[in-house]
Amino acid sequence: MSAALLLTQLFNGASLASLYLLAALGLALSFGLMRVINMAHGEMLMLGGYLAFLTLQVVPGVLGIIVAMPVAFVGAAAVGAVVQGALVRRLAARPLDTLLATWGVSLILQQGARDLFGAVGVEVRAPEWLSGGVALGAVVLPTTRLFIIGVALVVLGALALVLRHSRIGLLVRAVNQDRMMASACGIDVGRVDMTVFCLGSGIAGLAGVMLALLGPVTPNVGQGYIIPAFLVVVMGGLGSIVGTCVAALVLGLFLALAQVFVDVSVAQMLMLVFVVLFIQVRPQGVVAVKTRALDA
Amino acid sequence: MMDKKWLIAAALPALMLGACKKDGAGAPGGSGVTVGVLQSLTGTMAISEITVKNAEMLAIAEINASGGVLGKQINAVVEDGASDPSTFAQKASKLIESDHAATVFGGWTSASRKAMLPVFERTKNLLWYPVQFEGNECSPAIMYSGAQPNQQALPALEWAKKQGYKTYFLIGSDYVYPRTANLILKKHIAKDGLTVLGESYVPLGGTDFSGVIAKIAQAKPAIIINTLNGDSNVAFFKQMTAAGMDPKKIPVMSFSIGEQEAKAMGTGLVEGSYASWNYFQSLSSPENAKFIAAYRQKFGADAAITDPMVHGYLDVYAWKAAVEKAGSFEAEAVRKAAASLGSISTPMGKVSFAANQSLTQKAYIGKLKADGQFEIISDSGADLAPEPYDPVAFPGKTCKL
Repeated sequence: MSAALLLTQLFNGASLASLYLLAALGLALSFGLMRVINMAHGEMLMLGGYLAFLTLQVVPGVLGIIVAMPVAFVGAAAVGAVVQGALVRRLAARPLDTLLATWGVSLILQQGARDLFGAVGVEVRAPEWLSGGVALGAVVLPTTRLFIIGVALVVLGALALVLRHSRIGLLVRAVNQDRMMASACGIDVGRVDMTVFCLGSGIAGLAGVMLALLGPVTPNVGQGYIIPAFLVVVMGGLGSIVGTCVAALVLGLFLALAQVFVDVSVAQMLMLVFVVLFIQVRPQGVVAVKTRALDA
Repeated sequence: MMDKKWLIAAALPALMLGACKKDGAGAPGGSGVTVGVLQSLTGTMAISEITVKNAEMLAIAEINASGGVLGKQINAVVEDGASDPSTFAQKASKLIESDHAATVFGGWTSASRKAMLPVFERTKNLLWYPVQFEGNECSPAIMYSGAQPNQQALPALEWAKKQGYKTYFLIGSDYVYPRTANLILKKHIAKDGLTVLGESYVPLGGTDFSGVIAKIAQAKPAIIINTLNGDSNVAFFKQMTAAGMDPKKIPVMSFSIGEQEAKAMGTGLVEGSYASWNYFQSLSSPENAKFIAAYRQKFGADAAITDPMVHGYLDVYAWKAAVEKAGSFEAEAVRKAAASLGSISTPMGKVSFAANQSLTQKAYIGKLKADGQFEIISDSGADLAPEPYDPVAFPGKTCKL
């Protein structure tokens, strides 16, 4: 095993982690706040991919991907708003039912994409300025992956700023800590829920654009990322953004480094074993969030 | 992940029940004969299999237009295998046992074929399988029209050897076909004194190739042999290109990329890569031109035509010829008649089924051009008799039916 392979895999781990993070942030947010397991979250990724495809039809060329990012964010957030408003909000008291209902939404969205765009998938090509790579000695870092890591960091930074320093962030933290008390203090809990759900869906849509740069855009594309995203959320400590980041990084690096020694299939299996063992030792996840949501 | 798959597998038949109400139409003595068409219309394999279904339906429509089989019209019941082997098995038994299909055309991945095989053996029905595969299987319940290893993989290796490629990297989806095909290739590569620098597998439908590509970059092979199936190929080529190793820099020989897959992936992504098949759309013959024109009239003027589509198409005609020769729809009689039909004229030239129920056919190597067509750069010359058991990898095994 050479140093170059190890370095490349460290970088690939970071790249994978950034994808996991983008896919998991929305889940972590909505789970942390509402205890809602959104099974349709993967389809927000898919939606992002298709919106990128549509955007590239309208705005081809250099800026296509840049335009696609806000389009996918807004598009997925809008669908998220519909899901939250029409479904999740009404089932808030019945968590198991939200699980089934959002799974139904997931199937409907997949079939919708299949009917609209065909089962085969559509072509999204990375623009010229994202091809090539940066050479560091024997290691070549593909520009596409650097770009995705950059986007993940920007999203993370922006999210941290919003949660820490904005009024809506304050409200989100208040509801997260004690929903009943926040509500009693006059905070419109429903609106906070809606905002967070939209934000989470929007980030997933953005993640879908990133995925489209690396893989196929098909009706099933979200399915491949929803499981790792759940793993990241569970391991990170439910609802903790810091924990989500740490878990995404740990799992991304774990998967990439395991691949130095074994095939992808075995690496994925080892990753599951690792998460199971981790949860045995530390059931609360990387970061335990102090909340009263579970007291009730 | 398993949980979800099971849920979907459990939910699908329920959804499908409402859609299919053609039962009994093909019962013996009726005015028609029912056949099943079973391909993945959804999931990771849809990229390849939908068009095979189209080609099979085209042949059925043509046969019906010219009077049917033994005076009976063919009723085709189409089912979706959903890229999931257990769904294939379920749908196969539904087609045979509740639709009373006389025979079934379908399957793509070897995992789907292996899952269906027990169903066809139990019900003594006959499956016409249109895709190249790894051999190492020999059942009277299947007509294997796709290439055996000695009709696709080995001619490709032979060609690579002639080009002077000495170091190989094998990459594939993680299931029976790529593993067995690579096992055979490795034995032959070792026997020829060449080197395998690495071998990597990714789950079917997998989209993360970062680790695999890092290993390829390390190994610096002269050529990559690719047995990935379905839309994993899109991710593989996108990430290879992002890593600065597009097919023009490191040659890639693929066994599951035809004209249709290249088109769906975006030709620019795979241009310059190689493929080994028994048919290319660019073959020039009157039969081929006629088939392409008929297909395009029905399914769109810019439709791409691939090897498995032609195999699916010729399977239907071979079945018709065999039924007429046997004078019966009964599977046992049909399979015996098919193996003794002699040569039949198809879009890929004259082919015939051998006694082991596999097809005797030529092999071609093509290089993908910018327009999405393959330039045929090498062919096997003579027809290759099918060898289900490769003598180097599986010495002493033979296929007697």
